[in-house]
Amino acid sequence: MANAALDPHAAIATTASGVGQGLLTTADGKPLARALVRSQRRARRRAFLLVLPLLAFVVITFVVPIGQMLQRSFYNDGFSANMPQVSAWFAATERGTDPDDAAWTALAQDLVASADARSIGVVGTRVNYDMPGTRSLFTATGRQVRGGLEPPYREALLEINETWGDPRLWSVMREASTPVTANFYLAAVDRTRDDEGRVQQVAEQQRIYVTLFWRTFWLSAVITALTFVLGFPIAHLLATLPMRQSNLLMILVLLPFWTSLLVRTTSWMVLLQQQGVINDILVWMGVIGGGQRLQMIYNQTGTIIAMTHILLPFMILPLYSVMRTINPSYVRAARSLGATSWTAFRRVYFPQTLPGLGAGAMLVFILAVGYYITPALVGGSSGQLISNMIASHMTGTLNWSMAAALAALLLGAVLVLYWLYDRLVGVDNLKLG
Amino acid sequence: MKRFLALSTAIGLVGGPALADVNLLSWGGAYGNSHLEAYAKPFTAETGISVVMSDADNPATPIKAQVEAGNVNIDVASVEYADAVRLCDEGALEVIDPAILLPAEDGTAAMDDFIEGAVTECFVGTDVYSMVLAFNDSAFPEAKPASPADFFDTAAFPGKRTMRKGAKFNLELALMADGVPAAEVYEVLATPEGVDRAFAKLDTIKTDVIWWEAGAQPPQLLADGEVSMAYAFNGRIFNAAQADGQPFEIIWDGQIYEMEGWVIPTGAPNLEQALEFVAWTTAPAPQARAAEFISYGPPRRSAAAMVGNIEGTDQPMGPNLPTYEANMEGALGSDLEFWVDRDAELNERFNSWLAS
Repeated sequence: MANAALDPHAAIATTASGVGQGLLTTADGKPLARALVRSQRRARRRAFLLVLPLLAFVVITFVVPIGQMLQRSFYNDGFSANMPQVSAWFAATERGTDPDDAAWTALAQDLVASADARSIGVVGTRVNYDMPGTRSLFTATGRQVRGGLEPPYREALLEINETWGDPRLWSVMREASTPVTANFYLAAVDRTRDDEGRVQQVAEQQRIYVTLFWRTFWLSAVITALTFVLGFPIAHLLATLPMRQSNLLMILVLLPFWTSLLVRTTSWMVLLQQQGVINDILVWMGVIGGGQRLQMIYNQTGTIIAMTHILLPFMILPLYSVMRTINPSYVRAARSLGATSWTAFRRVYFPQTLPGLGAGAMLVFILAVGYYITPALVGGSSGQLISNMIASHMTGTLNWSMAAALAALLLGAVLVLYWLYDRLVGVDNLKLG
Repeated sequence: MKRFLALSTAIGLVGGPALADVNLLSWGGAYGNSHLEAYAKPFTAETGISVVMSDADNPATPIKAQVEAGNVNIDVASVEYADAVRLCDEGALEVIDPAILLPAEDGTAAMDDFIEGAVTECFVGTDVYSMVLAFNDSAFPEAKPASPADFFDTAAFPGKRTMRKGAKFNLELALMADGVPAAEVYEVLATPEGVDRAFAKLDTIKTDVIWWEAGAQPPQLLADGEVSMAYAFNGRIFNAAQADGQPFEIIWDGQIYEMEGWVIPTGAPNLEQALEFVAWTTAPAPQARAAEFISYGPPRRSAAAMVGNIEGTDQPMGPNLPTYEANMEGALGSDLEFWVDRDAELNERFNSWLAS
């Protein structure tokens, strides 16, 4: 009890419980504590109402669409919803069961119903993802069976196209008969299932996504490192020059930042291509012969150069805002205590810039991982990133499930990197400005 | 390059319906302009039905998005043939009754007037475009390239090439250059050996190719002298040669032609007006008029003879169209079923081949 009396918190608690007994009231006679709670609740509610529009905006424009998109990566009911009877047969039988009469009947009736409902294309598209070349099997069969099909169904379907008897097709249909599937993720890491459902790598000439994932992360890391090497001295200069010069320099940094991305990308084309400005100058100076013009664009080099330039401000601005707050007297103190200028930079100045560096590196890396316009235009064949494949599945093949699976993997990888960053550096140390 | 913004367009279009009698979704650029001048404006002048035109990078993408979201505000859209068939099979398009199509001026029924395949369940063709080989005349002062084989012969015809990034068109071209007659290309390509043969042929010029993605790139690359030969859409090459006076020549041998046309998304808000628009604009006269703005051929036989001079000049447009008789020798019609089936598989292989 004596200890409790000495503890200042305990003393406050005692007083507060005194209030609860009705010792203190507001002017209109209500207990003070309850009035306080109520007014705080009202303030909280008002504050919540203020952020509500933003919250609704974020949910509607960000969380819901992304959630829906990601759902497609593991959920595709193109087959199961339109072929209910044969899906039920698959659910009732073991993998590897040969199709019996019931299965053929279910398949035939589903095909007729689906053809009449004009959903046969959806079914064919779903199966075609796992077994290329079968989409037209479904649509062509659908055109022939519209309105009805006579038993015996097995013979009737085999007569239309003997692929209907292919065990691989039945295995793939079994895969597709449940809407929830991991196959798009398997495909996104260059894996597929064989006839028995075992996971295996796809044929060597079909492998592409794993390579592109690695290339995306590797190129993004290189670009982040380059923006650091180029951006650090500029940010330092900006932070230390007298106001007048630093303002001018700042405009030079921001001007390209404000220019359209496509304009900047195409300017690099003009500069870097084989008949471009840089090659012309090199030939004119006699550094290289007319026949040895350098290939600096439409390959990885082009992607790295253009993206480094475009992302540079995202490194410079956080670095600059942190560097401006660093008191120059720390470095002077270090120097007066005998540190060489290198030691003073390494031990005193540089550690203080880390929050800005961390923020800049995160921004540049994450933006680089998702970039696609620039690599598409200047990347040629070796400078393509995974985002280009996502775009091609979104707009070209219209295989949105595949695009969603690739995007989900990319998002997951970025989150893992973010977690690693948090463990190693600490997100609290980020400073954007 | 606009194509890459399709996703944002798709999402954007879901939100903002335009109020008009017919909401037309087209491609923009010179092609979209031909739709505006030859179809939309005269249609409004004659029928009083207003048309609001908007652009997408590929109108098939917003159609899919809108139909799936159940919020359709497009009445008529211009899409590629393959996309039309795919969307139709998926139930995303309204069925168009061919009986609404207007007969030719001499009374020939519409279905006999349209070339084969130009009218399907959900699709009415508006124009035929093609992938052609083109070269910069100034790059070859002496012998001129004349065939697909010459495109692959970098010893006789030096310089870089530019080709569309993707399997479609390139595999066919490679086989034709390797000596496969146009009529047998898809037969050969359907076999694994045929695909290997096409890739082996592409291997021979792999290091000499700059891959393009946006249709505007190949004329630019040709004009800059960055490449000496291009494999590109004929309309783009024609426009650069015509409007900008570039010395580009087209090799019609080995052209691969395809169709574009109108579709109506399922649940289009103004279905009746949309059908009227489709019927009116696919009559021979408007089709012939559209071909004067861009060098894509009309898919109606009776329209071919009605195509006049290139808009703004006194040069006849006829010989610049893919459907011109002399240009059709050695031409290959793109096989849509083949590509709908094998698109994903062959593109994966193509991308893998590119990356290795």
